[in-house]
Amino acid sequence: MVHPGPVSTTTAQTAPVEPGQRRRRTLTAALPTRVALLFIAPAAVLFGIFVLYPMVTAVTYSMYSWRGTSQEEFVGLANFVQLFTAEPYRSSVPRAFGHNLLMFGGAMIVQNSVGLFFAVILHRRARSRRFFQVLYTMPYLVSPLVVGYLWSLLLSPLFGPVNAALKAVGLDSLALPWLGTPSTALWVVVLVTAWQWVGFPLLLYGAALGGLPPELDEAAELDGASGPQRFFAITLPLLTPIIGTVSVLTFIFTMEAFPIPYALGGSTGAPAGATDVLSLVFYRTAFESGSSNAIGTSSAIAILLFLFIFVLSTVFTRWFRRTERKILG
Amino acid sequence: MSAAVPTTHRPGGDDGHPAVPPVISDPTLRARRRRGGRDRGWGTAATTTALWLYAAVAIVPLLIMLLNSLRTNRDLATQPLGLPLQPDFTSYQRAWIEASFSTYFMNSIIVTVSSVVIATGVSLLAAYALARAKGRLMSVVEAVFVSGLMMPVFLMIVPIFYLLDSFGLISSRLGLVMVYAAVSVPFSVFVLTTFFRQLPGELEEAARLDGAGPFRMFWSVMAPLVRPAIATVVVFRFVPIWNDFFYPLILIRNRENYTLPVGLTTFFGEYQTDWSTLFAGLVIATLPLILLFLVATKQIIAGLTSGMGK
Repeated sequence: MVHPGPVSTTTAQTAPVEPGQRRRRTLTAALPTRVALLFIAPAAVLFGIFVLYPMVTAVTYSMYSWRGTSQEEFVGLANFVQLFTAEPYRSSVPRAFGHNLLMFGGAMIVQNSVGLFFAVILHRRARSRRFFQVLYTMPYLVSPLVVGYLWSLLLSPLFGPVNAALKAVGLDSLALPWLGTPSTALWVVVLVTAWQWVGFPLLLYGAALGGLPPELDEAAELDGASGPQRFFAITLPLLTPIIGTVSVLTFIFTMEAFPIPYALGGSTGAPAGATDVLSLVFYRTAFESGSSNAIGTSSAIAILLFLFIFVLSTVFTRWFRRTERKILG
Repeated sequence: MSAAVPTTHRPGGDDGHPAVPPVISDPTLRARRRRGGRDRGWGTAATTTALWLYAAVAIVPLLIMLLNSLRTNRDLATQPLGLPLQPDFTSYQRAWIEASFSTYFMNSIIVTVSSVVIATGVSLLAAYALARAKGRLMSVVEAVFVSGLMMPVFLMIVPIFYLLDSFGLISSRLGLVMVYAAVSVPFSVFVLTTFFRQLPGELEEAARLDGAGPFRMFWSVMAPLVRPAIATVVVFRFVPIWNDFFYPLILIRNRENYTLPVGLTTFFGEYQTDWSTLFAGLVIATLPLILLFLVATKQIIAGLTSGMGK
């Protein structure tokens, strides 16, 4: 995924081609290959130069040692090994990784409680649905960088409205320097990320609910099943596929998170690395470390991150498809 | 609000009268039955409250951003919580002129619009060919394009930096435009190909019999038919490119060519104490998206949920 955002919605889907359409296509003479290649050429050139070529080069970059910008010699996996044996990577990579996982966990909890709850409620309210959907999706549409900076102002210990509101209701003891304290700063990053992201799962859950056959729910209701009973026995199992897809997208999004941690804690993950994440480790290594092997090490981090995301997403998707088949028979 | 409609005294409610509706065919009756009943009334009130509470959680921070941009610094310092009783727009003037937001804004517009136009143009051509030509080569090309959806920015940024450097395109808007256009190809091709495949082949058959060549057929017959898909692609590439911060942070080194998000990062360092200007800057960076959202709500919701419905 190139950019976290709406783009990702369709990544997990493959284009549905019904048999009827395929047959119809064979009736028409296909576009001759030579003409087709002419049509494809501009996109292919652009994609080849600015996506494919950098991709392949990144792999070779990670296997060479570097002195500044000059490629020295082939070192195999040494750059990768170094991430686990040499400081500062040996301590900063696992710590940052843990923070990414926490962001994933936080987002998952929020989207599958608050998000799912409101999606189900809105599904039952045809008239006010669109209105609330628009309100709930607003934070998701605002740039993550703006969201990060906005919360850094709102949580400021000096003039921040959050602490002012806490003091106004007598909770002076809670009016902390949220972003200045290592123990709270990380939770701010986790919660702000979840706050922004949840609008997206909420919309997707809503769409999936709209696609469920209403008869099942109605039959269960006539049989006297209560609201929660119907939700857990009927609606939730039917939502497994969409929950799986959204979870994978959430995973990718939180593993690649950059703007919110950057806006809240700067490129060093202030205070004291409490808000450090993998993308920041990469950024510092590549552009701020001044290490002569910056290109080799940072490419190794990027490839490791990509492989981790790719492998886990694939495994998770497979596992979810299996569970889905088991549940839905 | 629809939710606040009192539902306790509906006929057919089950307060006291055991409702015996073995067959409910009328949908409105069905809906009534679902909402009817005294407990359900309380439940409705509770969920309505919950809906509004969460609406507040989602919107109030954004509202404070807007309101505080209209208050003076003195006002913000003495009263962190408050309303702009006398709206003051000088913060916008400071952000726009002194803090160069006018430059950043223009750069963002130029970069975003050009890259979306280029990406949509080349992807439209490619998608048509991929949907209509056959053969192994075509499926390989399509698979390569779509694989780009998985590529994280971090993996490509260092090579892209040196690539642009070798072209002399570091710090140039053109370089940024080319990169954005290229990374937009996978998504755009993917969506547009799906749409082209859904168009019936008879239309081309008819056009061919009328003597239209491949390009004329594409431009006058097929492209107009996928207009809804083009709208989706435009909106869904516009938003992430407008918001993107990572590429310009690394690829643009001189201030005159900063886009809004990178502009924001230096601005937050320099205007630390000028709160109302900071809020104004955030509003300026957000406004085009809110406008786009209000204009294209339908496309956005449909696009976000495309392929998700059954």
